[in-house]
Amino acid sequence: MSSNPLSTRLAGLKLKNPTALASGILGYSAESLQRIAGAGAGAVVTKSVGLTPRVGYPNPTVVQASSGLINAMGLPNPGIEAYAGEIRHAKTVLAVPLIVSVYGFSAEEYAEVAKAAVAAGADALELNVSCPHVKETGSEIGQNPVVLKDTVRKVKAAVRKPVIVKLSPNVTDIVQLAQAAANAGADALTAINSVRAIAIDIETAQPILSNKRGGLSGPAVKHIALRCVYDISEKVKPPVIGCGGITTWQDAVEFLLAGASAIQIGTAIALKDPEVFTTINRGITAYLKKKKLRSVKEIVGQAHRN
Amino acid sequence: MSDKLTATNTMRTTSILSVKTESPTTKTFTFKDRLCAKAKPGQFLMLWIPRVDEIPLSIMNVEGTSVSVTVKAVGDATQALHKMKSGETVGLRGPFGNNFTQNSGSVLMVGGGTGTAPLLFLAKKLATKAKRLALVIGAKTKNELLFLNQLNALCTEQSTVATTEDGSYGLKCLATEPLDKLLNKEKFDMIYVCGPEPMIRQVFTLAEKRGTPMEASLERLMRCGIGLCGSCVIGKYRACRDGPVFTATQLREVKNELGISKLGFDGNRIPL
Repeated sequence: MSSNPLSTRLAGLKLKNPTALASGILGYSAESLQRIAGAGAGAVVTKSVGLTPRVGYPNPTVVQASSGLINAMGLPNPGIEAYAGEIRHAKTVLAVPLIVSVYGFSAEEYAEVAKAAVAAGADALELNVSCPHVKETGSEIGQNPVVLKDTVRKVKAAVRKPVIVKLSPNVTDIVQLAQAAANAGADALTAINSVRAIAIDIETAQPILSNKRGGLSGPAVKHIALRCVYDISEKVKPPVIGCGGITTWQDAVEFLLAGASAIQIGTAIALKDPEVFTTINRGITAYLKKKKLRSVKEIVGQAHRN
Repeated sequence: MSDKLTATNTMRTTSILSVKTESPTTKTFTFKDRLCAKAKPGQFLMLWIPRVDEIPLSIMNVEGTSVSVTVKAVGDATQALHKMKSGETVGLRGPFGNNFTQNSGSVLMVGGGTGTAPLLFLAKKLATKAKRLALVIGAKTKNELLFLNQLNALCTEQSTVATTEDGSYGLKCLATEPLDKLLNKEKFDMIYVCGPEPMIRQVFTLAEKRGTPMEASLERLMRCGIGLCGSCVIGKYRACRDGPVFTATQLREVKNELGISKLGFDGNRIPL
């Protein structure tokens, strides 16, 4: 493995490459996750799962925007009890780390779901404290440093697996929240979740999404996400996973240079297809070769040093 | 394949050009839409009924710059659509998904209920292309045997069989009964099937017994329509992006789920 220039470590997880499936994409079934891993992802993050089942919002839940998508799915998920079976199944078929995304309506709920996910076999957890479109969870937890710290602490106390905190860009200063999560013991930080947005149909003069507001993802948010990664990695200790609009290998390299130790891909799966992971990994490998570097780890944060 | 379409296929509103009643429960709606008017048989569109819902619908026909869908009133969204009249506004995205191949040999179509809508679109293309075009069509009752006359006219003479569950027209049985007999008698180069998934499963079993190539259009619960959300997955496939048309080879891979279960709105498996 040492000869693989893409292999890296993140919060104790061994990754064969720095790309991962972002939460919310496909992630219901073990077969879907297996397909994404087969397409080249170095890790997969599941859909966010909570204590009880949720059907999510009525359609329209996704709307195409200029250079991206706006979605308000409403956290549909089968609940951790049913999903534990899918986690166990996924663990038998996956050759890459399985990161389970969890959410709750209180710090205690996050901890309870996290504990059940780890019991079912999760290799790590990603706390969704940044979903922009469901009340009393997601970003309502992650936008308040006190509540965020309490949540991360309770999860850390409940499990012995790495805890990744996915941050919201819909805050005044993302570095302050990143620091709060780090102080509470976060093993890594994902930046960013989608950016609060809306789309309005001019003919009927009404918002298109049934939830009216949603989260913008895709190329439109790339440079916002990139700046967040740059700012966080400059000031905060835990490794950062870059997420937001990464579609090409050049995008991925940009995030690594900005300080991301790994990256996540979501919307690009709709804009391209699952093989986007292979394409991006090939591009990073070629870039390293051209720069005469032996490991992807050498370029992480390079933009801060130059 | 549809990369560019996905990235640029934004929701647009259009007015209903016409509404045609096909049966007491089914209507055909026609809209003007340049993009969807380029659809191939088997593809679908996402139809937004403002303030109600957005649902996937198989395309039944295209003509010039207009596109038609045939809809049975079964739930809130379809009932709301049935109350709409020409001139009213809806939103469209699409066309999405793959399409049926167009085999030029001896072809059999099997349709159940509103599943005959995309088959009519396909039959219009095959009428001049296929060496032989046969049809087995089934429904609960006579007035739900959709497009029987149009399909009869497009198929090779004496090549259509109709069945109803209540015996109000044709044979009183499921479509799979005469299908089994027909497949014993005759060899087809391709079977195209669209209808309820349990029926597709049975047709698949019959086709597999003879090793006959088959393509089936599957309908599952869909949200995004572009291969992201995972609501419509069957095995490793996404019905909206990898389908909705699947080959016998692909159906073999998803045999545990085909006609047996699908994902509900919360991602839990529900029986079909």
